[in-house]
Amino acid sequence: MAKYIVKRLIISVLTILVLCTVVFFAIKFIPGDPFSGPEYTEQMRQQLHELYGYDKPVWQQYLSYMGNLLHGDLGISVYYRGRAVVDIIAGAFPQSLDLGLRALITATVVGIGLGILAALNRKKPLDYISIIIAIIGISIPSFVVASLLQYVLAIVFPIFPVARYTSFAHTILPTIALALPTIARFSRFMRTSMLEVIDSDFVKTARSKGLKKRQIIFSHEVRNSLLPLLSILGPTTASLLMGSFVVESIFAIPGLGNYFVESINTQDYSLIMGLTIFYGVFLVTINFVIDILYGVVDPRIRLGGNKNG
Amino acid sequence: MEELLQVKNLSISFHTYNGEVQAVRNTSFDLHRKEVLAIVGESGSGKSVTMQSVLKLTPCVFKSGQIIFEGKDITNYNDKQMQNIRGSQIGIIFQDAMTSLNPTMKIGKQITESILRHQKVSKAEAKTKALELLTQVGINNPEKRYHQYIHNLSGGMRQRVMIAIALACKPKLLIADEPTTALDVTIQAQIMDLLAKLKEEVGCSIVLITHDLGVVAANADRIAVMYAGKLVESGTSDQIFYHPAHPYTRGLLESIPRLDASHNTKLTYIGGTPPDALNPSPGCAFSARCKYAMRICRQQAPEDREVEPGHTCACFLMDDEAKATREKMGWEVKL
Repeated sequence: MAKYIVKRLIISVLTILVLCTVVFFAIKFIPGDPFSGPEYTEQMRQQLHELYGYDKPVWQQYLSYMGNLLHGDLGISVYYRGRAVVDIIAGAFPQSLDLGLRALITATVVGIGLGILAALNRKKPLDYISIIIAIIGISIPSFVVASLLQYVLAIVFPIFPVARYTSFAHTILPTIALALPTIARFSRFMRTSMLEVIDSDFVKTARSKGLKKRQIIFSHEVRNSLLPLLSILGPTTASLLMGSFVVESIFAIPGLGNYFVESINTQDYSLIMGLTIFYGVFLVTINFVIDILYGVVDPRIRLGGNKNG
Repeated sequence: MEELLQVKNLSISFHTYNGEVQAVRNTSFDLHRKEVLAIVGESGSGKSVTMQSVLKLTPCVFKSGQIIFEGKDITNYNDKQMQNIRGSQIGIIFQDAMTSLNPTMKIGKQITESILRHQKVSKAEAKTKALELLTQVGINNPEKRYHQYIHNLSGGMRQRVMIAIALACKPKLLIADEPTTALDVTIQAQIMDLLAKLKEEVGCSIVLITHDLGVVAANADRIAVMYAGKLVESGTSDQIFYHPAHPYTRGLLESIPRLDASHNTKLTYIGGTPPDALNPSPGCAFSARCKYAMRICRQQAPEDREVEPGHTCACFLMDDEAKATREKMGWEVKL
């Protein structure tokens, strides 16, 4: 197990390293730079380039960036003058994390619950209701869902606050808007995998023992159906917690989502790099945790070792 | 009250997209206490469906018939009522223990689950019982196995665990649905010996579903032969093996390869394929493959005839009117 963790850690570091390198050179090769707008004169541009070190060869910039990275320094933002990238992330991430966690928990509980109910009521009304929810969740884009929620539940019927993110009541609409596509995906996944388990031989064995229906559902069916879901849980968690540009914009939440779009638009080299590395580290860490969870949930999976009884 | 289980005129169908599949047609048999009854037949002959329907484990349609267990008519029991019979009164072993056991649940828990469901015992007592059961079915080091999962065990051991689960509450009837099909021959013999031993210890009856006549010969008291959803012949082992009456049974016995045959003898087999269960013909289901078939066989389904006490056969050849045909086709010579 320890050997496995060390191995995974080394691979993770390598992954991040490759990610940094590719993104660094990719953004440098995009035509233009942060100071190519018409408001800059040629002289200003040159001074700014010198200030940020963009006049040096790309490989030198790369080395010095990586050097700083080792010290945890992600540089200074170009667009948001004078603000350190680390500070920007530290200021915006908590809101995104908070909203993301709420959405993740909602999506997991509702999505899995809906999937179980749909599977247990195969081809009955409840199954069809869950299909309708899934179709809505997957096919209607989140900017429509978010705007509709805001319009209907905050403006026409002022039950919830329109925007901002200050109290519990403020969190409800954005949470629903963010969670809906994931609810849809989870419920479909869960339904399929649950149906597979319901028809399996070991459930028949469980029934042949005379176990009560509820007992079979919880101790045999649900647990075994959850395994395939773990594999999509990692990327989903990362994308939810990293903030959504659309939902955060519509509900005026000062989260991370906005910066992802803005940094690309303004070719803010340091911010793009900072966010990419942050996302990358986050995703790699979560996948690592999920892999360890696999071993806990499914005894057939032994991480690294081959201790066999 | 001599009979433990009586199945009377049972007919079972499945509804599929292609129509109604008549899996079991008008089948009757009795099972005595402490008896081993073997139900023999080829794949799709309805032998598993018949026995799983006794436990109501398959979603099928009961068209007619009665199932009487211990004098009680359980034909129309609902799922709740069946839950009290499953596991405690009737246990079942399936063919493939690998897929029939829960891969993510410890072996011990899979056994105690059944004990805790049907008996009023504490968890610790249930564990003691489960360990005893594991020892009883011949698993070494039960304390260690108790905490393991099925992927840690070999095929034979898995089937032993399966047996331990089925017998956890000392049922009166054990249904063994092809218990040795997935195992290799040496393990097959061990499992059959184990079943015979446990039958004496627990005092239960066994219904052995199989297509392997070799397994049947050594272990069954009585044999019932099924073909295309119907019971075509039943009798004691000796009657079936030494005086088979139905042409299908004869065909099966002739198909067993013989060690003492010369090396260039061709293997015998029954020609043709089983009939379509979607629209069975009005006559005898076996008539299309039967080399003794007469005109009446294709028009009318034969009723059971008693060949000798305890030995019945559903075949027109048994009638006196068919004596001429029997002589012409060389039937009598074989007897």
